[in-house]
Amino acid sequence: MTISIAIDVGLALLVLAVAAWIIAVRDAFAAVVGFVAYGLLLALVWVRLAAVDVALTEAAIGSGVTGGLLLAAAARLRSSEAPAANERPGATLRVLTALLCAGISLGLAVAVLSLPDPAPTLAPMAAANLPATGLGNGVTAVLLAYRAFDTLLEKVVLLLSLIGVWSLAPDRAWGGRPGPRRVVRPDGALVFLTQLLPPVGIVVAIYIFWAGADEPGGAFPGGTILAAMWILSMLAGLVEVPAISRRSLRVVLVLGAALFFAVGLAGFFVADAFLAYPMGYAKPLILVIEAALVLSIAAILGMLVAGPPERTEER
Amino acid sequence: MSALLDAFSVLAVSAGAFFFLAGTLGLLRFPDALTRLHALTKADNLGLGLVVLGLLPRAEGPLAALKLVAVWLLAQLAGATVTQLIGRAARRDGKAA
Amino acid sequence: MNTAALFGLLGAALVGLGLFGLVVHPNPLRKILAFNLLGGGVFLVFGAVARRGAAAGMGGDPVPQALVITGLVVAFSATALAVSLLLRLFQETGRTTLRDEDGGKP
Repeated sequence: MTISIAIDVGLALLVLAVAAWIIAVRDAFAAVVGFVAYGLLLALVWVRLAAVDVALTEAAIGSGVTGGLLLAAAARLRSSEAPAANERPGATLRVLTALLCAGISLGLAVAVLSLPDPAPTLAPMAAANLPATGLGNGVTAVLLAYRAFDTLLEKVVLLLSLIGVWSLAPDRAWGGRPGPRRVVRPDGALVFLTQLLPPVGIVVAIYIFWAGADEPGGAFPGGTILAAMWILSMLAGLVEVPAISRRSLRVVLVLGAALFFAVGLAGFFVADAFLAYPMGYAKPLILVIEAALVLSIAAILGMLVAGPPERTEER
Repeated sequence: MSALLDAFSVLAVSAGAFFFLAGTLGLLRFPDALTRLHALTKADNLGLGLVVLGLLPRAEGPLAALKLVAVWLLAQLAGATVTQLIGRAARRDGKAA
Repeated sequence: MNTAALFGLLGAALVGLGLFGLVVHPNPLRKILAFNLLGGGVFLVFGAVARRGAAAGMGGDPVPQALVITGLVVAFSATALAVSLLLRLFQETGRTTLRDEDGGKP
């Protein structure tokens, strides 16, 4: 018993140390590298909290894709760091802010320690309704059956942020391809990795999505791994970044949300509410929706990392 | 028999942890990028490999054991590629000795 | 002190750290990093609540865990949009300062 508490305390101290380092270090690029390590440590914390689905999603999205995005941005912004450094607020402002933040942390800590005991929980209700959905994983059931509306809105939020990113393109490049033209080194290490890894990655992604019905996993980690394989191929230059005006790209982007919404509307006629699944068809419908979600999430995340279009489509 | 397997697990995982420690020490103490990368590969290769070896007797079935070995191979692949890329960038930027 | 309370306290500390970094750093990229730290802390508090709700054979209450998964994805969308805005600002002005230089006129 004490060994596991010792591991937890050690892990918590490590996460705290890395977080403090991220705030304190001078170089922005180093801070981003520390952020990737922080994300992976957080994934371990989630495993210790018995939330393996969240750990998978944190490692994939919180650390992996966000880290890639921030590393690219830090590299591009390197030349702008020195001028920004002399806008640092003075010592009194820093001390006051530190006191305020310490107060907020203390308040939150008191709130965490005075949570009601016994803890109110929806787990029994979730477990009792699990056979009706045909699923074995409670989190997937919450995401795609009990609170399916939230997941639908989350897909729309992803699409909205992609539209926001695209709207930042300069006028002349609208409809074009994001990112610079990549030079392919045919014997380079990155090309080697991109030839070996995506087949494995695609299998792992589909497995995680499929296994999410009964075990930890689901559409989000699976879609993110698929996106990572696509981003890797785009980075290595083996796959050309699609122009944003391509119809096939746009269809794949909206496929998940559109299918989800269509199933929801059909619920008015076949069951008796929006997003209600008819009895006995819940699991097949959920799997079909999740499959479309995996494709859409992969496309959206890949395009979010690629950024706004910068060059017109050359032929 | 199971006591022997447990002892083997403890020994292998401890040896792996030692190589992780050695790799981290190298990362912190070596003078430049190329030597630090050299230290890190020990952690990736031997450290993770010994930990996986120690966990193999405790895996539930051959499929789980194969998954553990696959994790080790994937980590090595990623580590080797990134080492190459960082090394090339360090050489190009003049940060290598 | 059980696991849930320990990591809930870690979440509270991360919220404080992230808020401090968000206010104090002038570089917008560091602000985005601190915002992600802040989000991670909030999610950990949710995780502590979920862990305490373990019942009926599940290791934790699945509803807060699903909320955290949704939150992670939405935080990434916000980060991506913020980073794109920052890169566009850098493209247009050559600097990454959030301060008006000439008294308001862009």
